[in-house]
Amino acid sequence: MNEPMVWLTIFVLSVFVGVEVVSKVSSTLHTPLMSGANAIHGIILVGAILVTGSTDEPVAIGIGLLAVVLAAINLVGGFVVTDRMLEMFSGKKKPARPAESDDSKVGGAL
Amino acid sequence: MPTWVQLAYLAAGVCFILALKGLSSPRTARRGNLIGAAAAAAATVVVFFQTDLQNVQLIIGAIVIGSVIGAVGARKVQMTQMPQMVALFNGVGGGAAALVALLELSEFLHVGADIESFTAFATAFTVLIGAVSFAGSVVTFAKLQELMTTRPVVFAGMPVVVGLVVVGSIVLTVLLTISPEMPVAVALAVLGLAFGLLLVLPVGGADVPIVISLLNAFTGLTVAASGYILENPLLLIAGTLVGASGTLLTILMAKGMGRSVLNTLFGAFRGGSTLG
Repeated sequence: MNEPMVWLTIFVLSVFVGVEVVSKVSSTLHTPLMSGANAIHGIILVGAILVTGSTDEPVAIGIGLLAVVLAAINLVGGFVVTDRMLEMFSGKKKPARPAESDDSKVGGAL
Repeated sequence: MPTWVQLAYLAAGVCFILALKGLSSPRTARRGNLIGAAAAAAATVVVFFQTDLQNVQLIIGAIVIGSVIGAVGARKVQMTQMPQMVALFNGVGGGAAALVALLELSEFLHVGADIESFTAFATAFTVLIGAVSFAGSVVTFAKLQELMTTRPVVFAGMPVVVGLVVVGSIVLTVLLTISPEMPVAVALAVLGLAFGLLLVLPVGGADVPIVISLLNAFTGLTVAASGYILENPLLLIAGTLVGASGTLLTILMAKGMGRSVLNTLFGAFRGGSTLG
């Protein structure tokens, strides 16, 4: 198998996995799932680090560092804000278990 | 790339799959998010061992600055304002992907490397869609934060302008694929910004969450394309996972609101009733 085919194979299989893992998501979790997926693409930080680390032109370094800052905001902020959303879910659910129907409304309003 | 680095990237990719799987069910959602965060942190450390990197201290400083901004922003934001915060995080991610692609292109040109046409196409895609995601997310933020009207914004001749931008984007993408040059790439980025504005302006406030989800999927695909450009399998896997799951999620969200994705985006063009 030549190299482009390897990349294409990874891509196609990842598409199927991506669709499959979220296909049974409950509607109350739509927003946290979107937020979590948003955090995951913050991994572009790895790419930003690689391009910034492989140049010695001042302008390119400056732009690269900007990309690193932006990507780190995406990555760290994304995971923290997702955790806060989910904390709200579990925090509401545990003390007030009888009021289950209320909880689903809170989640749905997210 | 050392073998252990490649194995670490593979493990991180698997963790991202587990993270998305976990996030799909209320019982495991929080654990799923933590698995994803742990994998991202590990990958961020591992990348420093992938090759010999320059400017390491500056890079670490930039990571710290970005992490603090992201963490403080995410902690301080009120519960009701979380969707626009997610939009903003998504936008900066798309912007970062576009910058990464531009820098890699300039580095290729600088060393006079032979750029394969598919790599050039992936660069064009990342620059264009990354810019769309950035500008679009800023507009969704402005709408949800009520910095601007939440009603659909359309002006006379808007479909024509949108059409011109679409045609221009396709022409520049083809041009960049055939002969990769910096001015074309920069023009494509500018066109992408305009495209992002025009895409989100006609969307009404209630439909904005669907558009955020769509732009989120877009950013995922740009990250996947940068993975191909940089020959980094983790970026390809993570970006594709987000692109695919985000697309499905967008469809599910639209269905949940009794709308179709296309109607959400272009409904405002079809006359009076959806404008109000």
